[in-house]
Amino acid sequence: MTARDALAAETAPVNSARIPAEGMVEKRGIGLWFTHAGLILGVIVIFFPIWLAFVASTVSQPEIVRPPMPLLPGDQFLENYTKALFSGVNAPVAWMLFNSLVMALGISLGKIVISLLSAFAIVYFRFPGRKLFFWLIFLTLMLPVEVRIVPTYEVIASFGMLNSYSGLIFPLIASATATFLFRQFFMTVPDELAEAARVDGARPMRFFWDILLPMSRTNMAALFVILFIYGWNQYLWPLLITTDPSMNTIVMGLKQMFPSGDDIADWPVIMATSILAMIPPVIVVISMQKLFIRGLVDSEK
Amino acid sequence: MEKRVTFKGWLLPMLLLLPQVFITAAFFFYPAGQAIYQSLFIPDPFGLSMQYVGLGNFEYLAKDPYYRASFVTTAVFSGLVTVVSMGMALYLAVLADRLIKGSGTYRTLLIWPYAVAPAVAGVLWLFMFNTRVGVISWYLGLLGYDWNHVLNETEAMGLVVVASSWGRVSYNFLFFLAGLQAIPRSVIEAAAIDGARFWTRFRTIVFPLLSPTTFFLLVVNIVYAFFETFGVIHTITSGGPQQATTILVYKVYKDGFVGQDLGSSAAQSVVLLLVVGLLTVIQFKYIERRVHY
Repeated sequence: MTARDALAAETAPVNSARIPAEGMVEKRGIGLWFTHAGLILGVIVIFFPIWLAFVASTVSQPEIVRPPMPLLPGDQFLENYTKALFSGVNAPVAWMLFNSLVMALGISLGKIVISLLSAFAIVYFRFPGRKLFFWLIFLTLMLPVEVRIVPTYEVIASFGMLNSYSGLIFPLIASATATFLFRQFFMTVPDELAEAARVDGARPMRFFWDILLPMSRTNMAALFVILFIYGWNQYLWPLLITTDPSMNTIVMGLKQMFPSGDDIADWPVIMATSILAMIPPVIVVISMQKLFIRGLVDSEK
Repeated sequence: MEKRVTFKGWLLPMLLLLPQVFITAAFFFYPAGQAIYQSLFIPDPFGLSMQYVGLGNFEYLAKDPYYRASFVTTAVFSGLVTVVSMGMALYLAVLADRLIKGSGTYRTLLIWPYAVAPAVAGVLWLFMFNTRVGVISWYLGLLGYDWNHVLNETEAMGLVVVASSWGRVSYNFLFFLAGLQAIPRSVIEAAAIDGARFWTRFRTIVFPLLSPTTFFLLVVNIVYAFFETFGVIHTITSGGPQQATTILVYKVYKDGFVGQDLGSSAAQSVVLLLVVGLLTVIQFKYIERRVHY
């Protein structure tokens, strides 16, 4: 998120070269069992809320409103998920999933593209005002969107971008974390490559496409994982600018499904929606664990 | 640091910079400038014009008991979130570090709640502690404890703290485990040979060597609690009961969008801006001096 990147790198979860030897410090026998027991307890505590949400998404409303609710899944899985996906409470959740996907992809891809271009310009060219641009971009590392919501809202409203995908995406890519990271990476690319490209008469954009981009692939992927989760999980911004239920993202739409006043919430559908809301980012994290950890270290957001 | 080899021309780099410069100007610098500008004005009663009041909005905030209370609430909230999430993560990381095999499996099992949005986490915890249907509140009722976070301020605070800390444990666990695994085995074994028991080793060797990680996480978690927990607060308590869980970011939202008090909201934004700046400076200034490498 901010200039904490450098510090994150210092405390990085790198795979240390420690050899797991059978030393005298490792516990064996009963101690080992206690260690496992402690960890399993932790895993259970972490998992419990999700398990409960899953169970609630597979039972019927009467089973929930007469506490205590069952702790094992019921047989309403299909009914609840179909109802959530295709009718929902205010808008079909399938729509919200689509909106979230567009927003998360827009933020992650958009930010990667504009950052690659501007980092390339700043590192590989000398032009008037270069230093100034660099510092202007660097300044944006400091300020989370939460701090400037009211005026940003006014800007979006004056551009007529309320209830639109561009309104959801643009304010969240207006920060320089990624530019800064790509700059750091480009600085480590050997000068000989650019030299050779110049000698061969390659134009700058050709060097960019054929050499720099392929080399940045891992960085781009790691950044993508982090930005995707960041975009998918946005709450406050979509809450402000999507007043039309058909533009809601799933994470913010969830809260809108609670009735106002004393009515009882449709818990099975709400819980099915919660599960649907966490599936895409969780899949991204688990399937790309290595890239995720790397991205977390590179940029703290 | 500069590149020796560069390309010629100035038009191309300008074009390359254009998208970022445009987006940053329109959605970052202009709004940030507006926040600072608006913080010096108040709208007249009819909302037709703005009246310049200098630092009046800030003076008003400084005297406003609700704003002061919100400062205290934020401090308590961020302190608790930081301590709870880091404590739990350190406990799990120390255990996982004791394993020769299998720490990777536990890592996989423990990191993914990071991907769960704070707002979704809020809904999950709200469901467990819901006064009408919640499982945990029901069992607490059996034990004779009448849980009601809708009315009880302490319980409301406790619930938002736990819900905010829950997903954060993953993040902290990842960094703590890496920090622990980076400590040379030989140092710990040497202490063990000298007869130091686990707790002594932890206190005198492991924890001091871990302090760069701890300090880094301390700042990052405070920033998280300040700015990224809006979803938790909004889904579980909406800042209530009374003002008990109204943290600063929530108040900016409430005063700006619900209360339409733009001058005050802008001034609050500027205060938050200073807080972020301060945290960043503290981090850079003290990270090398205070902590043991």
